[in-house]
Amino acid sequence: MSEKKYWKGLEELYNTPSYQKTVRNEFREELPFGEEIERLMDAKTPRRDFLKYLGFSITAATIAASCEIQVRKAIPYINKPVDITPGVPNYYASTYAQDGDYCPVVVKTLDGRPIKIEGNTSSSITRGGTSAMVQASVLSLYDTARLRYPMIQGKEATWEELDKAVMQGLASLGGAPVVLLTTTLMSPATEQLIQEFIQKYPGARHVTYDAVSYAGMLLANEACYGKRAIPSYHFENAKAIVSLGADFLGTWLSPVEFASQYAQTRKIKGKKADLSQHIQFESYMSLTGANADYRYTHRPSQQPAVVLNLYNAVAQALGKPQLSNVPALQDESLQKGIQRAARLLASHPGEALVVCGSNNPHVQIVVNGLNEMLGAGGKTIDWNAPVNYRKGIDADMQQLVADMEAGKVGAVLIYGANPVYDYYDGQRFAEALKKVKLTVSCNERKDETTVLCQYVAPDHHYLENWGDAEPKAGYYSFIQPTIFPLFKTRAFQESLLAWMGQTPDWHGYLMKFWEPKLGGLEAWEEALQNGVIEPKQVSLAAAPFKGDVQGAAAQLTAQQPKMGELELVLYEKVGIRGGRWANNPWLQEMPDPISKCTWDNYVCISPALAWKLGISINRFNENDLNRPVARISAAGKEITLPVLVLPGMPKDVIAVAVGYGRSPEVGKAAGGVGKNVYPWVNLNSQSLTFEYYQPAATFTLTGETYPLAITQTHNSFEGRPIILETTQKQYNEDPGEATREQREERERYGGENYDTQGTLYPNLYDFPGLKWGMSIDLNSCIGCGACTIACQAENNVAVVGKDRVIAHQEMHWIRIDRYFSGDPENPQVVFQPMLCQQCDNAPCENVCPVAATNHSDEGLNQMVYNRCIGTRYCMNNCPYKVRRFNWRDWWGATSFGGTKDTADMESELTRMVLNPDVTVRGRGVMEKCTFCVQRLQDAKLAAKKAGRPLMDGEAMTACQQACPTQAIVFGNVHDPGAAISQLREENKETRLYYVLDDLHTLPNVNYLVKVVNKDPGDFYVEPVQHVL
Amino acid sequence: MSDLSYFGRTVKHLVICSLTACLFFLPLHHAFADAQKGKQLFQQNCAQCHNPLRDATGPALYGKENEVPGGRKWIYNWVHNSAAVIASGDKYAVNLFNQWNHVQMPPFPQLSTQDIDDILDYVKQVGDEAKQAASAPAATAGQAGGGAAPASNNNLLYGIITLVLAVVALILLQVNNSLNRMANEKEGIETPEPVPFYRNKTYIAIVSLVLFLVAGYFLTNAAVNIGRQQNYEPTQPIFYSHRVHAGINQINCLYCHAGAEKSQHAMIPSQNICMNCHMAINSYSGPQLYTPEGKPVDGTAEIQKLYYYAGWDPKQRKYVNAGHPIQWVKIHNLPDFVYFSHEQHVAVGKIQCQICHGPIQNMDVVYQYSDLSMGWCVNCHRTTKVNFADNAYYSNIFMKYHEELKEGKIDSVTEAMLGGTECQRCHY
Repeated sequence: MSEKKYWKGLEELYNTPSYQKTVRNEFREELPFGEEIERLMDAKTPRRDFLKYLGFSITAATIAASCEIQVRKAIPYINKPVDITPGVPNYYASTYAQDGDYCPVVVKTLDGRPIKIEGNTSSSITRGGTSAMVQASVLSLYDTARLRYPMIQGKEATWEELDKAVMQGLASLGGAPVVLLTTTLMSPATEQLIQEFIQKYPGARHVTYDAVSYAGMLLANEACYGKRAIPSYHFENAKAIVSLGADFLGTWLSPVEFASQYAQTRKIKGKKADLSQHIQFESYMSLTGANADYRYTHRPSQQPAVVLNLYNAVAQALGKPQLSNVPALQDESLQKGIQRAARLLASHPGEALVVCGSNNPHVQIVVNGLNEMLGAGGKTIDWNAPVNYRKGIDADMQQLVADMEAGKVGAVLIYGANPVYDYYDGQRFAEALKKVKLTVSCNERKDETTVLCQYVAPDHHYLENWGDAEPKAGYYSFIQPTIFPLFKTRAFQESLLAWMGQTPDWHGYLMKFWEPKLGGLEAWEEALQNGVIEPKQVSLAAAPFKGDVQGAAAQLTAQQPKMGELELVLYEKVGIRGGRWANNPWLQEMPDPISKCTWDNYVCISPALAWKLGISINRFNENDLNRPVARISAAGKEITLPVLVLPGMPKDVIAVAVGYGRSPEVGKAAGGVGKNVYPWVNLNSQSLTFEYYQPAATFTLTGETYPLAITQTHNSFEGRPIILETTQKQYNEDPGEATREQREERERYGGENYDTQGTLYPNLYDFPGLKWGMSIDLNSCIGCGACTIACQAENNVAVVGKDRVIAHQEMHWIRIDRYFSGDPENPQVVFQPMLCQQCDNAPCENVCPVAATNHSDEGLNQMVYNRCIGTRYCMNNCPYKVRRFNWRDWWGATSFGGTKDTADMESELTRMVLNPDVTVRGRGVMEKCTFCVQRLQDAKLAAKKAGRPLMDGEAMTACQQACPTQAIVFGNVHDPGAAISQLREENKETRLYYVLDDLHTLPNVNYLVKVVNKDPGDFYVEPVQHVL
Repeated sequence: MSDLSYFGRTVKHLVICSLTACLFFLPLHHAFADAQKGKQLFQQNCAQCHNPLRDATGPALYGKENEVPGGRKWIYNWVHNSAAVIASGDKYAVNLFNQWNHVQMPPFPQLSTQDIDDILDYVKQVGDEAKQAASAPAATAGQAGGGAAPASNNNLLYGIITLVLAVVALILLQVNNSLNRMANEKEGIETPEPVPFYRNKTYIAIVSLVLFLVAGYFLTNAAVNIGRQQNYEPTQPIFYSHRVHAGINQINCLYCHAGAEKSQHAMIPSQNICMNCHMAINSYSGPQLYTPEGKPVDGTAEIQKLYYYAGWDPKQRKYVNAGHPIQWVKIHNLPDFVYFSHEQHVAVGKIQCQICHGPIQNMDVVYQYSDLSMGWCVNCHRTTKVNFADNAYYSNIFMKYHEELKEGKIDSVTEAMLGGTECQRCHY
């Protein structure tokens, strides 16, 4: 195999002087003594002063420690509920169904507090997968910025006062209609309630508004299939996947579902790989693009042309009629890409799927036509189960704003939606709101829209609420409360009931709705327990197609926008998405899968553009913290943002993420972070849909600088072969090729007995009982980051804030390293989850002066917090750089309190999310991945108590459980029947490898080689060298 | 001269010996010989009802060995199945049964004759020590009482001996000096003016060394004990007597502390558990209760407190309000970085409550019996044998031990052999 060069960032590729400096100085910062040490050294008698301080500190500590021990109280229940045993978690099935995002979940509650969200494995839609957003939703329950009581004109009120005032308001509208403005709801019971509400208030209407709209698809499907709906997609049935700007693994429609399906086509069983091929056309570097086999970039305004050309190329290959008058594409590589995609699609009829992220109905009509031509209906597209993920029609919203301005709306009741922030003309909405007689918001926080409403009737968090969801026709999912409401909030549905003059009993309403449908109370309870009800038999079906592809094509050709020199594209980040949950410190601190940047939005530009603008190469990387700031103007609006040079960006496109720039009242974590770029959303005046790009933008450097907190290049891997990758062709010819070098190296030092023979100290450890091992399949990992947040929730991992991330002090126990290779303008990407490798010959263990880290007889590299004295030798000696040091008391663990609370993580309320089974680490101790030892101990205890052997799959780590693609397999390697043992046996000679195996660290985590479905010629690409 | 100088040398020798002896005696710990196993078995199986020295639910055991008709053999039968012995018409057994209000002793077939011997040896040891302590004159000074008495008495004894020896040594040293001087004067050798002992460098050195060692010993101990609360005996909001409930009335510990078998927490029972019985039992008629300070306690009034906390009106015999939470003072506290599971110890390890919590059935006011130090935990993990062969959990792991057991290389598997002393079994 020819050597492939991997690089973490451009600075490494170009080996800039500042990068070389980082490599030389492995540890970035001087010890953080700061001013104190200077003051001390400047003193007259530094030595004596030092001794004085030392003496004082020791005496103070002694006195503090020997003070009387505090009296602790133990307060039992007065009347203990039968199903609660303190210390034993209860699990309740529920559903994350917010703004059209759907994920059935199981909520772990301990002592009455929800502390962890798991995927519900009973669901065939998500198959137990979760996303970072779903994992983090438990923290939003304990958000200090949530509204705690109803308000009238911004002042606290009682529910009685509020109901009276709202009902009076509704009664005195004088015939002006009431409008319910919500985001996409998929609750059948709520829909019925809204219908009843509309009947009660004649003339009322319900407007659905989605911040990131899918109206183009809905309208296109209405035109093509007569249904204003979105079908189910089945990526698992596709051998040929072409995505035209749809980030279906990260943000598009239902990423958890699609990731789970997609991964099924990317798994390798045995020695023959038969992978799907995935080609992505896009205008920015998306998570999906990073996972594609082939990726081609284009300007956002070129998307219609790409779609039309692809249509024609496929039609040509299949001998079907082509569209006339298709605009030509000049870009040679794009043309090649279209040819490749057409060949791929045409050779897989019935096994092909084309998805498109455009919100232009005409583009979607052509895509529908393309899918029809490929026979996708009934195979990869299912019209039997249309989905309810997005329902908003942009024109309805525009009509509403116009009506409000004209004074034609009597009352607006807002639930979930926040148009003042995320409508393309939020200011106009805000002005229009003033002309409405009665404005009520049921949002859960003081968001940009809620502060402008007269009445605020805050909704519960979903973990406090009842509810239901119908994600797809025939699929139902239920929401049950897992905690008594923390504040004086009330379900939106109860508010509606109250304002209809009925008893506000949403639970009763829901039961009345479902009991007859399900057939009684018992069935209802069973449904709640299982969380989901799914059709027993599933058959996929096509729908008759009557779309006018040629007509749509003609429209697209006619509408072609005038292209500017630069185009601006708006995108959603995997963590923050549309910005609804921006005040979630876990999500803010989660590194973006591609840019690895935290706590900000920024403008992504291509390396080519950076060269052109003369941005110093040192500014390409995070070694020089201070990023240039650019002023971007488009459509008459100007915003300044820091610049991030991102490989893979098209050279004439700049990209900015939405979801940032929230008002300070939204919360401490989100307030003032980044800039709001929703005002740049473009209204397509012809189809009245929103488009998420600006065809003409200007970009000028202001000369100022701004620091960005990027985690990826915090450590250097110094070109060691830690990523192993091959192509499908090579794998099928010689499956063992990629790992041969490692195996031969092992062979030289004992082969099977490498563990004892490859060392001067053969008496390592004895593992008489269980031995834990983990396998991570690089082929399945899509880099979404769900594991990072799941780990954070499970293990009380701290949030450190932006300036501490800059100082390399982030605490994540599992990080996802992103490696580029090939051409910086369109690189190939590999994601590698990196966590403590639990080495059996661990370099960290040998250097600890107090034996605070040592080895267990189950193969765990144990970290004992109470013994750690904080020398950080272990961290320095760890070749994987996975150890994390508590520079501060992030959670307020010690009585001395925290030192820097960036996101209210120390408040009593936020601390309710802590997992009591895991120690909250204080300042000055080291920590790292434990393989979720608390879960292992739990599983062992359950087996011991039942008097039976531990079964495979009983002990799961949090990262494994959260993974939507099942990339992580974990278990007891001493059990030959365990999945982990079988996997290792199967891949022994082929894909199995250990990172830095030649150091003889003997990791208990193995990786499986990534196999790309790409021609070897396209796979090995030498990066273009620039002269510095 | 020769006699005198010889005498002087002897005295010097004696002084050194006694000083050395002082040093050795100081840090002396009194340890039990090897009735360790008997003690453990006693606490696991017998302590709920028996005390070696006093009558409790069952009779005091000390001396019973010599009283019973058939010696130890009779005791084996009795312990294995007391009902059978009574049924056999054994006169002594029937008498005993009647004398103790027909309270049947539960059978203990799992105890081997060796185990019973160990228990009896332990009982004998405890009894003998108590007897000795009672007869020794020094013991009357300390009124510590209970099992700790012999140890502290001996310490005192050794202390006094040490002090006496030290004083004797000092006097002898002075005498030696005087005699030396006298001898020298007699022989006309000039001697320097005697230095008073408080300015004598040897004395100062010895005293400093002794002080250093003594202070070091106590300081180290004190430092190690920071944060530990052995014998912590706080006043609780209700004078709840475990002796009355678990001792006299024989209520199973798990009836109230139901979590012990299924959760990491043993659980302090909620008021509704108390009310299961106290709806009916509204007055106290047992033996007079006293606070640790010796003040009498009105048991009936304490039950009234429970009614307040439970929201129960005893006159109307119904709940009249939601009740009030009881703020018990937590006695057994572990640091946050320790994970301790009652379930593991009670349900899997089958450890008796008394092993850690002491003779809880005899406590009117609960105190912390064990020091709950890590050393204490680890010691138990080192010595405790695990039900290895019979728990199918171990059937396909630790094959090494299965083989060694079969081959007879080892006769049992301790918790430590299964990794029970590893850090991350408790710290995570």
